[in-house]
Amino acid sequence: MSYIALSDRDKREMLAKIGISSFDELFRTIPENIKLKKLLDLPSSLTEIELYQYFKKIAAQNSYVDFLSFIGAGAYNHIIPYVVDYLSSRGEFVNPYTPYQPEISQGTLHVIFEFQTLICQVTGMDIANASLYDGASGAAEAVLMAHRLNKKTKILITGTLHPQYKRVIRTYVKNLGIEIVEIGYNEKGGVDFEDLKEKMNDDISAVVSQSPNFLGIIEDLKKISDMAHTAQALSIVVVSEPVSLGLLEAPGKLGADIVTGEGQSFGLPLGFGGPYLGFMACAKEFIRQFPGRIAGQTKDVEGKRGFVLTLSTREQHIRRERATSNICTNQALCALRATIFLETIGREGLKELAWQNIQKANYALEKLCQIEGIRRKFSGKIFNEFVLEFSGDLSKIESFLRKKGIIGGLNLGEFYPELENCALFCVTETHKRKDIDRLAESLKEALKGKQE
Amino acid sequence: MIREPLIFDISDKGKRAFVLPELDVPPREDILEGLSLRDEIEGFPQVSEVEIVRHFTRLSKTNYCVDEGFYPLGSCTMKYSPKINEKIASLPGFVSSHPFAPHDLVQGNLEVLKTTEELLAEITGMDAFSLQPSAGAQGELVGMMLIRACLEERGNPRKIVLIPDSAHGTNPSSAHICGYRVQEIKSNEKGTIDVSDLDQHMTEDVAALMVTNPNTLGIFEADIKKIAEIVHSKGGFVYMDGANLNALVGICRPGDMDVDVIHLNLHKTFSTPHGGGGPGSGPVGVKRELEPYLPVPIIEKEENKYILSFNRPKSIGRVRSYCGNFLVIVKALAYIISLGPQGLKEVAEIAVLNSDYVRKSLENEYHLEYTSPTLHESVFSDKLQKKDGVSNIDIAKRLIDFGVHPPTMSFPLIVHGALMIEPTETESKNDLDLFIDAMKQIAKEAKENPEILKSAPHISYVRRLDETTAARQLVLRWNK
Repeated sequence: MSYIALSDRDKREMLAKIGISSFDELFRTIPENIKLKKLLDLPSSLTEIELYQYFKKIAAQNSYVDFLSFIGAGAYNHIIPYVVDYLSSRGEFVNPYTPYQPEISQGTLHVIFEFQTLICQVTGMDIANASLYDGASGAAEAVLMAHRLNKKTKILITGTLHPQYKRVIRTYVKNLGIEIVEIGYNEKGGVDFEDLKEKMNDDISAVVSQSPNFLGIIEDLKKISDMAHTAQALSIVVVSEPVSLGLLEAPGKLGADIVTGEGQSFGLPLGFGGPYLGFMACAKEFIRQFPGRIAGQTKDVEGKRGFVLTLSTREQHIRRERATSNICTNQALCALRATIFLETIGREGLKELAWQNIQKANYALEKLCQIEGIRRKFSGKIFNEFVLEFSGDLSKIESFLRKKGIIGGLNLGEFYPELENCALFCVTETHKRKDIDRLAESLKEALKGKQE
Repeated sequence: MIREPLIFDISDKGKRAFVLPELDVPPREDILEGLSLRDEIEGFPQVSEVEIVRHFTRLSKTNYCVDEGFYPLGSCTMKYSPKINEKIASLPGFVSSHPFAPHDLVQGNLEVLKTTEELLAEITGMDAFSLQPSAGAQGELVGMMLIRACLEERGNPRKIVLIPDSAHGTNPSSAHICGYRVQEIKSNEKGTIDVSDLDQHMTEDVAALMVTNPNTLGIFEADIKKIAEIVHSKGGFVYMDGANLNALVGICRPGDMDVDVIHLNLHKTFSTPHGGGGPGSGPVGVKRELEPYLPVPIIEKEENKYILSFNRPKSIGRVRSYCGNFLVIVKALAYIISLGPQGLKEVAEIAVLNSDYVRKSLENEYHLEYTSPTLHESVFSDKLQKKDGVSNIDIAKRLIDFGVHPPTMSFPLIVHGALMIEPTETESKNDLDLFIDAMKQIAKEAKENPEILKSAPHISYVRRLDETTAARQLVLRWNK
């Protein structure tokens, strides 16, 4: 394929206008000793039809999509109303860049403004930004923001924060003299308050907690935030499953100072992990240290309402090394999808979605725990994920399920060595009762076979 | 024209645009005991489907986009995004696979990632790639972290990063987050790095030089090998900002210029759509020496099977979850494979031809601060128009009336009143001529009727917006 729009005559005329006679002369400023002497060693070009066939074959190797799966762990399979795909694929949304010229970018800016409002509403915070890369880098940006706000250099993170988010935080702070201290979890699967209390002191910049946490447990955010505040630390709340906010109290009402998380559940496909959508919201007094793009309302010279990117003096293109973040391109189109998603499912829909998730997951939890050889690992309240402990070798059970066309939960041994033979199951509104029953039947069979 | 309301203002109780299938398990109230539950979310939208569709359709029509016309936003490479790549990235095998899926069930995805790494390595002349960074700025951060990790292992991470004054703002910002102090290198009268100035600044306290080549003026740093030699001689690294590789693909390779680490923006050179400001993708390429420090996981092939490996004790860690912006990477790979080696070379040739043609056509009307030959973009300024009280912003806003997106103005900082023009290779001569005619007309208007420029744009959905008030009286969300 070629996407060049010049005819041979155009090329001749243009070379003549420039006053040169060959393409080589266009590159006269590049020294000969670094110029390629031959073509790149790449596969030869394909037509559109060949290209599609090529990728169809590759995509078909992903047989995962034919399985009934119960994996969540930060990436969730939820319904996506068709209008999300339909509207978000309009060229006018897909093909502009960052709205540097507001007069011809009102669509994008208006959407960002609505997105910011929706994020404020679900998180219960004052202000939100236009998006960050994903939940993990959102958590890292929140930690850096807390450090800028109070200059303290120690961060407490709960052990049940998504393991990848933990790793990203550690990577981001590594060179900035910020120390990360992890807090344990208790038998309920929630934060170990004794441990938190012990480690809490005036040097702590922020406490980072996640609810529902990586083990599926809903945390007592009020208690965590209150404890943070007693030592003048900030409470950063991470939400990797924001559908929970259709039912659970907004972190902003429970004392959170910064709420950040992963917006994938709001209308983004699993997509093997990306592109996803980091969101971030905070109390308004922190705005000067807030990272990322922000849209604001204003008027044009005729008094008509319009939107612009604002507070850009915080950003890298003005502030350079003193910027609040290095972020430039973010996840605008993903934020658009989330906006369409939330406005389409609406107030009742979000509530119902959360309700169905918590009900189905609890139905599954109860049903699976009746099976001999399966035990509920943690006693805390769950939203749409839970940890089961298996008597016996989990990998054998996994391969049995595989033969039945089922991918069970995520094996936690890799993330928590102490949780050997434990798996994290996720059940959402996309699982029908008969899917859950099928999982239960298969597990029963798997464990029975093992015991015989 | 309808003034589009905020969705919150047309919301009303009882309207629905979506209904879930009924819950098929017996509901229980006891599972909620002890939880803090929320009240109704005040002001949260309740609208019908047709209102949603009209709202976003009308909003979309107030956006300008590449599918509509010329978008010469310098340094952003607003080329045409091939439509088939969207369809490819929406294949169910790609869209619906979970990032924690067992490796043997997502071999197709891992093949996409591995192939992309290999092809990017060939295109750039680097030895290994990580596709994890979500965008250019995150790629820069990773690149600098790799350098720091390597220097730390050698015993001293060093303190300073040298950055030319023509660089994009993310460069100093990324270096700063990596714990470095930034020292600016002045450009010479040709608009390139002053080698003797570099020589003076390059000490054993300097970790790296961050260089953009061609730089943001569109000028090729012809001394790049000499520059690399100076940096290497003091034990530093050469970081190349390859966000925009459009002038070089198939012509020459950063790896052959002795660059140690580079990031690319797939949403620029490799045509993935810009999405109104993302999602992008910012892969990082390195020479062998820095490979052990790349983010985990690494895709490896074992007995004809791809796996994600975490066995990298020296890795800097992770900068985001999972495997990066995967669906963006799929589109970029489709682009590379569809064009092939000849097609990619043609990209660079025509990108430079188009840019040179525009430059040549406008050099009588607009001032060029630096007159060195340029590649994929050129940076004019408003110096000639300033005499009539017209600024680059006025010129930009007037271009909107002519149906063209304005050039970049916010940088390079070394050109006051910059108009950074990057046509890219996908423009027709007809569209280039329309732009050139518009720019000439505007230059004429600046002399004869500057008021028409200062009050531009005249025919857009909104007229010039008050950005000062927006920043002073913050309204950042809807309120009842």
